[in-house]
Amino acid sequence: MKTQITLAQQEFVARQKKRRRLVGVGRIFLLAAILALWEASARLGLINDFIFSSPSRIGLCFYGMALDGSIFLHTGITILETLLSFFLVVLLGIVGAVLLWSSRTVSEILDPYLVMLNSLPKSALAPILIVWLGNNMKTIIVAAVSVAVFGSILTLHNGFTSVDPDQVKLIYSLGGNRFDVLKKVLLPGSVPLIISNMKVNIGLCLVGVIIGEFLSAQAGLGYLIIYGSQVFKRAHKHIFSKRECFIC
Amino acid sequence: MIPKLQVKDLSYSYHTMDGETEALSDISFEVSAGEFLAVVGPSGCGKSTLLSLICGLIKPDSGEVLLDGHSVSGVEAGIGYMLQKDHLFEWRTIFSNAALGLEIQKKLTNEGKKRVSDLLSVYGLESFADSRPSELSGGMRQRAALIRTLALQPDLLLLDEPFSALDYQTRLSVCDDISTIIRGRKKTAVLITHDLSEAVSVADRILILTRRPGRIKGILTMDFADKSLSPLKRRNCPEFSKYFNEVWRILEQPGGVL
Ligand SMILES: Nc1ncnc2c1ncn2[C@@H]1O[C@H](COP(=O)(O)OP(=O)(O)OP(=O)(O)O)[C@@H](O)[C@H]1O
Ligand SMILES: [Mg+2]
Repeated sequence: MKTQITLAQQEFVARQKKRRRLVGVGRIFLLAAILALWEASARLGLINDFIFSSPSRIGLCFYGMALDGSIFLHTGITILETLLSFFLVVLLGIVGAVLLWSSRTVSEILDPYLVMLNSLPKSALAPILIVWLGNNMKTIIVAAVSVAVFGSILTLHNGFTSVDPDQVKLIYSLGGNRFDVLKKVLLPGSVPLIISNMKVNIGLCLVGVIIGEFLSAQAGLGYLIIYGSQVFKRAHKHIFSKRECFIC
Repeated sequence: MIPKLQVKDLSYSYHTMDGETEALSDISFEVSAGEFLAVVGPSGCGKSTLLSLICGLIKPDSGEVLLDGHSVSGVEAGIGYMLQKDHLFEWRTIFSNAALGLEIQKKLTNEGKKRVSDLLSVYGLESFADSRPSELSGGMRQRAALIRTLALQPDLLLLDEPFSALDYQTRLSVCDDISTIIRGRKKTAVLITHDLSEAVSVADRILILTRRPGRIKGILTMDFADKSLSPLKRRNCPEFSKYFNEVWRILEQPGGVL
């Protein structure tokens, strides 16, 4: 309902805007401070700039790779792989959670296995995946999906089962069936959970993709990190780790 | 004439791994069309269970429920069940909350939508049709929940302590509102309440249950000289305190079944 905007409301909005500006400025300032500290300690020899590199060296290296275009290729591939596996994880997570919810018996049978699969170190699986699926993008995506998907199913299923039983009763009392419960209560009610789960998953997928690229790739940021550490060019490694942060 | 609702020898027990809870035992009563029945009884005596049984949400262990002379099996279209809490969904507007029942029963036609808007405007919520439930007061939410139930045009309304979440003053006026609405539409209603004065002020008859397992302890007819009084006005009648004391006395009687 729209009412006339009072002075108190204006003041409130102004205060909130001011606070938001402060947050933005603070974030940028913190980044600048960290970079300055890093650069200064590298220049003054407080840290070994061969191992830790420095912002200026990273900048130069980035510039060089941007000139020949290679950085964009590698970043693009990593982003593509991350997004693909992310969508797969979200899809499989929701479908898996719905299937688990549809049968309590099945979900109780599967529960310990899901917990186990979720805690399994996925990088240990990577060699098997390479032998199985070959040295290609499929392996990387499967690796990334396997990092995030089990946790995602468990979290969403947990959210589904903790829905208020009275809300379910309401749907039945209005003549609905189990499918209506899913459509009208479970899914819309879990949107905040699904979104927060997605935020975790995008990060996990990136980690999974990089792990995959470490092991089997001809391109991508993970490949560059391995390549960089093999030729011991620390600047390389840092710049890619930074890029990853920005992608997130 | 066939009564609107007949309940015959109804018994029900809950089963869990910890054991069996006998909730209701041998309940029989009738409600005729247009009548307003209140059900009172100690907490946990099976009042909510009774409504779930009438509505067909759960199956009785023995006995049966007849609506217009037909046995109720599964959720019946002619029955509207209003739960204790309003359970308006925050991700829906008031309008689409009120239309939820129609949506589920695939009756959200233009006519259905119009009925919902009409109900919203009759009960003073039309300017909130696009608001979220959290923007409404407790009484308004309760009215929205009633509209959700009424939109399905049930003949029999089951109300499970619909006012218990409200503060006392709102409670009096919402109770007055809602009972006037229900009587105005000539609906039959079964109201569960903890509040004896509420029961005496709205009901035609009061059903009193014993402690768990719930059995019928007594049925009391409210015979007010003026039939058309609203609940608030009834509270000022001389009969009011007489019936109140009567219900109180029956509730307090040790164990015995009348
Ligand atoms: N799902 C359930 N599983 C097991 N026992 C239950 C269940 N629901 C209710 N009961 C038991 O059945 C008895 C009757 O419950 P019911 O909800 O019908 O009581 P009530 O009269 O509505 O109580 P209140 O006035 O507190 O709402 C209670 O003692 C309760 O412990
Ligand atoms: Mg109850």
